[in-house]
Amino acid sequence: MSVESVFPQLEPLLPRVSKPVQYVGGELNATVKDWDAATVRWALMYPDAYEVGLPNQGVMILYEVLNELPDVLAERTYSVWPDLEKLMREHGVPQFTVDGHRPLGAFDLLGVSFSTELGYTNLLTALDLAGIPLHAADRTEDHPVVVAGGHAAFNPEPIADFVDAAVLGDGEEAVGEITDIMRRWKHEGRPGGRDELLTRLAETGGVYVPRFYDVVYRPDGHLDTVRPNRERVPETVAKRTTMDLDAWPYPKKPLVPLAESVHERMSVEIFRGCTRGCRFCQAGMITRPVRERSIEGIGAMIQNGLAASGFEEVGLLSLSSADHSEIGEITKQLADRYEGTNTGLSLPSTRVDAFNIDLANELSRNGRRSGLTFAPEGGSERIRRVINKMVSEEDLIKTVSAAYANGWRQVKLYFMCGLPTETDEDVLQIAEMAKNVIRAGRTASGRKDIRCTISIGGFVPKPHTPFQWAAQTDPDTVDSRLRKLREAVNSDRDRSLGRNIGMRYHDGKPSLIEGLLSRGDRRVGRVIERVWRDGGRFDGWSEHFSYDRWVSSAAAELEPLGVSLDWFTTRERTEAEVLPWDHLDSGLDKQWLWDDWMDALDAREQDDCRWTPCFDCGVCPAMGTDIEIGPTGRKLLPISPVGVGSPVRNPALTQ
Amino acid sequence: MQKIRLRYAKRGRLRFTSHRDVARAFERALRRAGVPMAYSQGFNPHPKISWIGAAPTGVASEAEYVEIQVVTPVDPDRLAAVLDAALAPGLDILEAVTAGPGGLADRMEASDWRVELPGVPPGELRAALDRLLAEEHVEVERLTKDGRRTIDARPAVIRAAVESADDAPRGVGLDMSYPERSCGILRVVVRQTTPAVRPDDVLSALRVVAALEPPVPAKATRLAQGRLDDEGGLSDPLALDRQAGLG
Repeated sequence: MSVESVFPQLEPLLPRVSKPVQYVGGELNATVKDWDAATVRWALMYPDAYEVGLPNQGVMILYEVLNELPDVLAERTYSVWPDLEKLMREHGVPQFTVDGHRPLGAFDLLGVSFSTELGYTNLLTALDLAGIPLHAADRTEDHPVVVAGGHAAFNPEPIADFVDAAVLGDGEEAVGEITDIMRRWKHEGRPGGRDELLTRLAETGGVYVPRFYDVVYRPDGHLDTVRPNRERVPETVAKRTTMDLDAWPYPKKPLVPLAESVHERMSVEIFRGCTRGCRFCQAGMITRPVRERSIEGIGAMIQNGLAASGFEEVGLLSLSSADHSEIGEITKQLADRYEGTNTGLSLPSTRVDAFNIDLANELSRNGRRSGLTFAPEGGSERIRRVINKMVSEEDLIKTVSAAYANGWRQVKLYFMCGLPTETDEDVLQIAEMAKNVIRAGRTASGRKDIRCTISIGGFVPKPHTPFQWAAQTDPDTVDSRLRKLREAVNSDRDRSLGRNIGMRYHDGKPSLIEGLLSRGDRRVGRVIERVWRDGGRFDGWSEHFSYDRWVSSAAAELEPLGVSLDWFTTRERTEAEVLPWDHLDSGLDKQWLWDDWMDALDAREQDDCRWTPCFDCGVCPAMGTDIEIGPTGRKLLPISPVGVGSPVRNPALTQ
Repeated sequence: MQKIRLRYAKRGRLRFTSHRDVARAFERALRRAGVPMAYSQGFNPHPKISWIGAAPTGVASEAEYVEIQVVTPVDPDRLAAVLDAALAPGLDILEAVTAGPGGLADRMEASDWRVELPGVPPGELRAALDRLLAEEHVEVERLTKDGRRTIDARPAVIRAAVESADDAPRGVGLDMSYPERSCGILRVVVRQTTPAVRPDDVLSALRVVAALEPPVPAKATRLAQGRLDDEGGLSDPLALDRQAGLG
């Protein structure tokens, strides 16, 4: 049975919606394979707008890895904006993939990548538009198996009712194994139906199937136990780790959209994992250990990627890019190679203490000198010890002085508000820091027109971090601290400094809802569904997010069960408490996390195991992994410019 | 420094691209194709590309023009071939010539549009068009970023007729899902004015004078642009460059 494109039904709707180009597909390096020739068919979704979802590396990697398999087909789908959703409902057009414009319901598997919990309502929209029952329990053999991945999948309990399965950790190898199980099951004539298929996935120990685990609550609302309800299903589910990044040089051919997207550049992941140990950082905790890509692997990916994409900028991606053991050599040799081709390099996340001005100059040699961004995260020395972000103000001032002296005019600083043990004073220190940056910058550059932007996000405690037990700060306290900070930045005495300081922040309400979804259990699923039924969409977008709708839905669904929005967010957990994600194994030893939490409360720091002895976080022995870092001492060849006015040389054009 | 003028088409699904989308796609295709682009100086160097107008989002075109500058001389025909191969199907390079004397933008006086109106019988369209042509002024409203504004759509319309489906130039109009007899096709030559009168505005004018309401969105294609000749036709804007190249 072949599956028809829905594009003829979709096309007449497109002139009536905003930015129609995002729905037509046809991106450079996209793949449309023959439907009938494929045995296993995946739809991959990023549950946010196309402009956010398209550049997502996770989806791009899996899309390419799967499409390279001869009998496998993978197509992409993104959330449609409410204007198109309305028209699709009126005209009976189902949720479609942008590659073949095929209806989602026709695929074997629907993989959904959740970088953030705020995409949960968008999952429900897509399922509903696709005609797939919202509840996994209501699906039959004819419906796709819905698999969640991404960082939010480390606690998929709030969406346990809506997904069939979740995969923790790296997806490159996991999608292949899931594909194998699906292929064999289809080949055998689908023995045992959907139940058997899911059991086969679960018994690998690397795929979490929520329905095979029973959750028991105590009368006081706390979790009692989470246990498998059948044989063949393991007690805990382990995260996946791809060890050799050089063996997985994806994306080889980055997708280049016609529409504008949030990242107008190609990205190369230069290492995965981080052991800096920032206690708020879920990404750093759940992606251990550090695994570097080699300098040659990075060079080859950039060369191929630029030729295949035509991008003008390359982002050297990781959780803390200046920490690559050969970052100095990498940036210098890349700058040499791309001299005269207008190809910029950027390090999206850089630590102040790992940054130096040679690096900065290499980065801006062949391209645009964009702003520099650093993340001290905390305003006071004390709070930075609590969160284990050991950046001294002296380091920061030294670094920004060098940057301003070398021609940068703008420095951006990221902070968080609402951190454990935080006081007003900790937050007000941010203003002092920003003013010191302006003073130092004026001295270093000899100019008055330099700028510093401070950007402040609300802290959300996340599962699998030392702060998983912390009480989230309520929005009123966060908002009041931010108000005081703004006053301090603009205080009369320093008006001449405050003029050059920009301040960007959001109110604390969306963070509280993110907190509910991050540390929630299965009972929170009812809240998500109620919000969605009431019209909740695109919760990551302030113009669509409704705090009141979440608060009233949480009250209606949770309070009859003896719990509440506050119970899930602003309540501190005890050591003995069973956490909703305890049966999901990120490799981190729970005792180590607790000890680190205690150290945080005492403002005691923890070193990085890349350059100090192992401190037994538990990951390497539990997962059979090890740190994989250089330096290798190898070189990028050829160290010669590659082209003129373009990173590609085309002898056919100029003789 | 060599200047090259290109004519390109925006076809099929790619008519939904905005001008910014097209510009980005071009910049990247030029890099992939290894074209030795000239860059502007300064803090944020940009490739030297000059756009001559642009068909609106949602409108297809067989006659869009752009001028680029390169630092090493290239053969225009070869450039056209490699650039076309690097661009997505639907953004198609039709011709490239080395720029001769005179500005290209000055040669764009009017556009010839073809507008398919699925579900509008040709007879009804003809009647509406007759009423439009009988008027001297037709005020229409347009929604812009800054709110509603009113423009007079009639004076810019130089010539208009209803075409039968057989008259369609090959390769244009394409994916029509309506039976031909119920699809009215409007051909209209519109002078480039400020503010520009676009195919949408002509359709709005038909709504104003004859209450013509197409049941589904129209599909417009720009077939040509250039200088108006004495017979009301359009001259090829690259003809002068081609001549200069031969001489």
